[in-house]
Amino acid sequence: MKQLIVAPAPHAHSGDSVRRNMLLVILALLPAYVVSVIEFGVGALITAAISVCACVLTEWCISRFLLKEQRQTIGDLSAVLTGLLLAFNLPSSLDWWIVLIGAVVAIGVGKMTFGGLGQNPFNPALVGRVFLLISFPAQMTTWPTPQGFGTSYLDAETGATPLYYLKHMAKTGDLSVMDQLPALKDAFLGAMGGSLGEVCALALILGGLFLICTRVITWHIPVSIIATVALFAWIGTPEGMDSCQYVAYELLTGGLMLGAFFMATDYVTSPMSAWGKIIFGVGIGFIMMVIRTWGAYPEGMSFAILIMNACVPLLNKIRPQRFGEKKK
Amino acid sequence: MKVLTNGILKENPTFVLVLGMCPTLATTTSAINGMSMGLATMFVLICSNVVISLLKNLIPDKVRIPAFIVVIATFVTLVQLLMQAYLPAIYDVLGLFIPLIVVNCIVLGRAEAFAAKNSVGLSALDGIGMGLGFTLALTLLGAVRELLGTGACFGFHLFPDNYGALVFVLAPGAFIALAYLMVIINKIQNK
Repeated sequence: MKQLIVAPAPHAHSGDSVRRNMLLVILALLPAYVVSVIEFGVGALITAAISVCACVLTEWCISRFLLKEQRQTIGDLSAVLTGLLLAFNLPSSLDWWIVLIGAVVAIGVGKMTFGGLGQNPFNPALVGRVFLLISFPAQMTTWPTPQGFGTSYLDAETGATPLYYLKHMAKTGDLSVMDQLPALKDAFLGAMGGSLGEVCALALILGGLFLICTRVITWHIPVSIIATVALFAWIGTPEGMDSCQYVAYELLTGGLMLGAFFMATDYVTSPMSAWGKIIFGVGIGFIMMVIRTWGAYPEGMSFAILIMNACVPLLNKIRPQRFGEKKK
Repeated sequence: MKVLTNGILKENPTFVLVLGMCPTLATTTSAINGMSMGLATMFVLICSNVVISLLKNLIPDKVRIPAFIVVIATFVTLVQLLMQAYLPAIYDVLGLFIPLIVVNCIVLGRAEAFAAKNSVGLSALDGIGMGLGFTLALTLLGAVRELLGTGACFGFHLFPDNYGALVFVLAPGAFIALAYLMVIINKIQNK
């Protein structure tokens, strides 16, 4: 006997799932990761491995032993992604136990405390990174200079990042450090000092475009962040410097590309409507440039994203008009 | 006896009533600082509870809050001058938070909710209980923050300084540590 199944709409499933989206984002991050392994060598491998393993293990332990859930959530790959993003935000020469603390904080404090995936108000990977940045300022701002695949793990040669020089120029108008900056080509391809995954703008842009094409993210957030930063940098160019060049340096150095395409666009912690996303992006770009120009830290991307994360519930009040609804 | 233990466990001012958060978060950068802040508040609590309980029939209902504040402020000034004279090091660290005991919610709260309605003896016990609860909570929070932040406890190093997460000594760490302590203590109490 045939059964009649009555179910509410929707009846067709697109095959979209959390797992699939997370997998696509991880795929999109791979080119940038390959570049960082080429630039920073073994350190990049070790840091990412520790971070990913610790994130997955923390999530499993918390949901198994503290929450005593029947169904484990590590299969949705979100913890793997958090671990990878956290590693992308750390210098590759960081001590292993600091990476471990960062991963535990990212998953334990940033995600599971609030109730797991979908409930966290702040991007877990950034919570981990900012926690480490405030806790271990010396270790977290010691960047290895890229020396190719042979770069050793812990005693890598260290140097200031391009952002330090940019800030110096913007603050004092002293252009003598100009020749310390990497060539724009190097900044674009990734041959400069910085966090593990943020150095190669080209690979990150390619990954971001891949995500937009596969409709995992929309263009609103990255485009509004990049446009705001470009505009701010163009207006605020230090005297005596070519503004096009200055804008290009601000865009290609630091965590901007990584943040704009991969961190700010996290589903859980970004607004839902198109206008909400644009306001969110403009806010991130503006706060980041304010911190870069006048703040105490050379880079403000992670702080900017976390601050705007806090505004998301407010931005979610911007909703599309219901069909047939009249404006008051 | 019940009045005494009430403040330490069941109605702990920090972990259960969540009163007086400003000094709790601001002064607990180390176990010693937390303890001295707790003790100073405890002294004010006991004295103001006793005096207000004594005066409860003399104070007209309409102006009771200003009257309570005058009594509390007297003892706070006393503590402030005494600490400045005999414990200048701790006084420098706690600074503004000593005079701010006047506006601490616990002190006024206990005066209004307990001392104004109960006998002198019970009010004194309530002050001791609440004060002890507050002191214990602040010492615990201070010890946790000091241990995680600098690897020391009451100044004794358990592990080297550079393994400590500096964030716990700063403001965000205060919120994080307090939240998790609250979770743990409520979990234990609900069992």
